[in-house]
Amino acid sequence: MTEIGLGHYLTLGAVIFSIGIIGIFLNRKNIIVILMSIELILLAVNINLVAFSIFLGDLAGQVFTLFILTVAAAEAAIGLAIIVVYYRNSGTIRVEEIDQLKG
Amino acid sequence: MEIDGRMFWQQILRLTTHTDKLMIAHSIFFYTFSLIAVISAIMVTVSKNTVHSVFFLILDFISISCLFIMIGAEFLGMIMLIVYVGAVAVLFLFVVMMLNVAQQKNQWFGSEESSKHIPIGLIISTLIFIELIIVIGGWKYKPDLFDINNSTNNFSLSNTHSLGQILYTDYIHVFQLSGMILLVSMIGAIVLTFRKRVGVKKQSYLKQISRERSEGVEVLKVETNKGVKIDD
Repeated sequence: MTEIGLGHYLTLGAVIFSIGIIGIFLNRKNIIVILMSIELILLAVNINLVAFSIFLGDLAGQVFTLFILTVAAAEAAIGLAIIVVYYRNSGTIRVEEIDQLKG
Repeated sequence: MEIDGRMFWQQILRLTTHTDKLMIAHSIFFYTFSLIAVISAIMVTVSKNTVHSVFFLILDFISISCLFIMIGAEFLGMIMLIVYVGAVAVLFLFVVMMLNVAQQKNQWFGSEESSKHIPIGLIISTLIFIELIIVIGGWKYKPDLFDINNSTNNFSLSNTHSLGQILYTDYIHVFQLSGMILLVSMIGAIVLTFRKRVGVKKQSYLKQISRERSEGVEVLKVETNKGVKIDD
């Protein structure tokens, strides 16, 4: 119980990942909370990568965590820009009412 | 003893004789930070106010970066603090406050149509969680996994030093590619949110400096008692 191993960190990552997925499914409010849930999922992946990297003694996991961090920041910037433009055009960002996005 | 993150972890890993106190301290810190992280992750999804969600997201990132620093990934912990708490979460907060959606209350069980999604979402996320736990349990039966010690793990260097050494040599192309991703996302965000305002008076430097005397000044011969019309 007192010895913290790899399994503890992986379990923490699994819990946060599942909370992020629950947040995506159950959200009825606005789409910003969905973006925050995506950030939670990426955070869980980062926990897994860093835990493996430390426990296996290989630094590649931390390097890839750095790249995931970069991509997450870019994704948040683009997603928030899209949300701002959509709100400016239609006046709402409620999840149920967003049905105008076309490819 | 110097409490450097990696040295701390090295003590825990290597010295098996008098590690009881360190082990207990490590487990106390782990359970504290992970409890804070899980509770704030739950609060991100269930909180009624979006601004509160952003604040709980910040708390989550801070506690996870404390965990990272504790197990010896100091550089990533600090980068998490700077990038996520300093930039991304503040960006979220800025957008939430700019769009004035903070007052929209959460309506989970409001309409009948939305309550149909809830059991499906719960089932799917529970299934994913059970799968992950099963996978994690499988690691217990590979005890030889921890004996793999790669040569990149050099305990005499600090974490930042060794990370920089492989980041700028082995992963230099991926590193530059991530820079390109950041550039593209920056350009995309600017292009998406840029709008040309109408009715705003603006100085046009090109128009001003390319003005000639011939189009600016006109010499007219004024006839007596008639005057001239200027606005033609």
